[in-house]
Amino acid sequence: MSVSRRKFLAWMGAAGVGLTGVGQAVAAGPKEFKGYTNSVGVLFDATRCVGCRSCEAACNKVNQLPAPEKPFDDLSVLDEKRRTDAESFTVVNRYTPPGAAKPVFRKIQCNHCLEPACASACFVKAFKKTPQGPVTYDASVCVGCRYCMIACPFEIPCYEYDKVLTPRVTKCTLCAPRLQQGLLPGCVSACPMEALTFGKREDLLKIAHERIRAYPGRYVDHVYGEREMGGTSWLHLSGVPFGQIDMREDLGTTPAPQLTKGALSVVPMVTGLWPVLLVGIYAITQRKNKIARQEQADAVATAVAQTQAEAEAKLAKAREAAEKQKQTAIDQAVKKALEEAAAEEKSQDTEES
Amino acid sequence: MSHDISAARGRLLTPFNMVSGIILLIGVVLTIVRFTGGLSAMTNLSHNNPWGIWIGFDLLVGVALAAGGYVTSAAVYVFGMKKYHSAVRPAVLTGFLGYALVVVALHYDVGRPWRLPYPFAISPGTTSLLFEVGACVALYLTVLFLEFSPAALEWLGLRRARNLAVKLTMLLTIFGVVLSTLHQSSLGALFLIAPSKLHPLWYTPYLPTYFFISSIIAGLSMVIFESSLSHRYLHHKMDETHLKEADGVVLGFGRAASLVLFGYFIIKVIGVASGDLWHYLATGYGAWFLVEMLGFVALPSLLYAIGAREKNIRLIRWTSVLAVLGIILNRFNVSLIAFNWHLPADQRYFPSLSEIGVSIFLVTLGVLAYRFIASHMPILYEHPEYAEHEAPEAQEATGHHH
Repeated sequence: MSVSRRKFLAWMGAAGVGLTGVGQAVAAGPKEFKGYTNSVGVLFDATRCVGCRSCEAACNKVNQLPAPEKPFDDLSVLDEKRRTDAESFTVVNRYTPPGAAKPVFRKIQCNHCLEPACASACFVKAFKKTPQGPVTYDASVCVGCRYCMIACPFEIPCYEYDKVLTPRVTKCTLCAPRLQQGLLPGCVSACPMEALTFGKREDLLKIAHERIRAYPGRYVDHVYGEREMGGTSWLHLSGVPFGQIDMREDLGTTPAPQLTKGALSVVPMVTGLWPVLLVGIYAITQRKNKIARQEQADAVATAVAQTQAEAEAKLAKAREAAEKQKQTAIDQAVKKALEEAAAEEKSQDTEES
Repeated sequence: MSHDISAARGRLLTPFNMVSGIILLIGVVLTIVRFTGGLSAMTNLSHNNPWGIWIGFDLLVGVALAAGGYVTSAAVYVFGMKKYHSAVRPAVLTGFLGYALVVVALHYDVGRPWRLPYPFAISPGTTSLLFEVGACVALYLTVLFLEFSPAALEWLGLRRARNLAVKLTMLLTIFGVVLSTLHQSSLGALFLIAPSKLHPLWYTPYLPTYFFISSIIAGLSMVIFESSLSHRYLHHKMDETHLKEADGVVLGFGRAASLVLFGYFIIKVIGVASGDLWHYLATGYGAWFLVEMLGFVALPSLLYAIGAREKNIRLIRWTSVLAVLGIILNRFNVSLIAFNWHLPADQRYFPSLSEIGVSIFLVTLGVLAYRFIASHMPILYEHPEYAEHEAPEAQEATGHHH
C-alpha cells in the first residue's frame, strides 16, 4: 500500500508536478501536530512588563542591527503604535485600555508558530520550523517574492526594500544562533522584570496556566499562542482582553498549512483527470464529425445509385424497344422474302405446265 | 529621395507612435531607477503591504486577461468549433505576450529577480501555492511559445519546423488547458492562507474556483475586445476568411461569456450564502461588493445576452470592455482593496506614480509587440503557401455547421 503510494507520487513528480508536500499532507490525515517535543519558547507576561525597552535594546545589540533614530531609553517612542521593521525585530507598544489604572505594555516579535504560515507559503523553503523551536530564515535562497509577509497572520516579517542587490526578509530568530551556544535569547536575558520566561514550551504552558490559576483576578483566562493558528512557541499572558492590546482574537486555531491543503490536493486530480476528459471530448466531437461525414457520404451514394439505377432501367427499356423493332423488321423482311419466293415458285410451275 | 524620407517620417510620427515612444522612454528611466535604487526608490510597498499593483495588476490581471489563448484553442481544437479557427492565432499571440510580460513584470517586483529559477532548480517549496503558480506559468509560457511558433516559422519560411509544430497542436492544447486550470485557480488560492487579512466577502474557500471561472470570462471577453481593436487598426491585415468569420466569433464568444458570467454570478451568491455573509452586504465593503457583482458580473451577462440575441455586434464589443474592467476590479479587490481591510487608512497601500508608470510601460510593450507581430506574421490571415493545408478542414467545418 505505502509502496504503491510512494510510486504514484514518484510518477507525479516525474510528470513535472512536484507534489511531495501534498503527499505528506494527504498522508498526515486527521493527525494533529502538537509541536516538536522539547522545543523551546518564551512566555511573555504583559502584567509584568513596564515598557522599559531593554528587550528592544538587547535585540538590537545581539542581532547587530543599526542604531535607531531615538535611543532605546527614550520612552517617547511609546506614544505611537509601532510594528516590527527591517531594523527592529521586536517592539514594545503602550496601551491604555478603558478602565485600566495603569498603561499596559505589549511586546511584538515573531511568535514562531508550530506550523508557520511563512514556511508553508515559501516557494523556496527559505523558512523552516526547527525541532528546537525557532522558525529560521535562509536568505541564500530567498527570491524576495514576499508571499511570507502576505501569509503571516501576525504581520511580522519585514523586507529590506531599500537594498538593491541583497534585500532580505527580516524577523526575530528566537536567537537560534545564541541557543546553539547555550545562551538565552537577547530579549529574555535583558528583561529586568522577568516578564519574559524562556523554557520548553510544555513547561511554559504549565507555568502560564498555574499563574492564571493562582491569580485569577490578575489575568484574562487565556494563554495566547496555546492554540492560535495551531499554536505558537511564544506564549502571552495579559490582564486585559488581548483585543485591547492589538492582538487579534479572530485568528482561529487552524494551522496555516491546513488553509491551502484543499487547493493543493486538487492539483494531482486535475493533472490526472483533465487530459482524460479533454481527450474524451475531443474523441466525441471527432466521432460526431465522422458520423456526420459518413451520413453525408451515404446519402450522396444512395442518391447517385438511385439515379444510376433509374438511368439504367430507362436504357434497358429503350434497348428492349429497339430490339423489338429490329426483330419485327427482320420478321417482316423474312416473311416478305418467303412470300416472294413462294410467288416465284408458283409462276415457274405454271410456265412448265 | 527627400520626398521618400519625409513620407517615411510622416508614417513614423503618428500620434500613437509618439505617445508610445514617450511611454517607452519613461519606462526605460523607471527601469534604471528600479534596478539601481531598489524597490523603496519607487514603490509605495511597505511591511504591511508587500504586494502592490505589480502583483495585483501585472500578475493577477495579466494572467487572467491572457486566458484567451487556452479558451479559444480549447473551443476550436477540443470542442471542435472550427468556425472560430481564425480567432485562435490572435488569441494565442495575446496569451503568449501576456504571459511573457507577466514574467518580465515579476523581475521588477521580486527582490532578487535573478533567483526566479530557484524554486525549480535550487530549493523547491512544494507546499506553496506560489510554487504551483510559478511552475505552471513557466510551463504554460513554453506551451504558448510553441503554439505561437507556426506563425513565426511561416514568416521565416521554415516549412519543416512549422509542420512539426502544427502536428503538436492537440497535445499543446490539452497541456495548455490543464496548466491554465491549475494556475488560474492557484492565483486565487494564493490568498487562502490569509483569512485574517482579506475581507470575508472576498475570502472564501471557493476563491480558486472563482479565479478559474472568471478567467474564462476574461479570455472570452479579451478575444472580443482585442478583435475590435484589430478591426479598427489592423483591418488591412485580415484575409477574407478572418473577416467572414469575425462576426461569428463575436456573437459566439459573447453568448458563451454571457452564460459563464451567469454561472459565475450564481457561484458567487452561493459563496455568500454558504459563508452566511449576508449581514456584510449592509456595510461599506458590502456596497462595494454589490457594485462588483451587479455592475461588473450581472450587467455584462445581461448585455452579452441581449447582444447575442439581437445580433448586435457593437453592443457585444462594448460589453467586452465592461467585462474586462470587471475582471480588473475583482483582482484589485482581492489583492489590494479588500486586502488588509482591517488596517487603519494611513497604513493602507496606494500605488506610486512610478509603479503605475512601469505597469503602463509593460502594457505598451505588449501592444507594440502585438502590432509588430500582427503586421508581419500570418496572425490575422492565412499564409498563402500554407493555406491549402487547412483548406479541407475549413471546408468540412463550413459543410458541417450549415
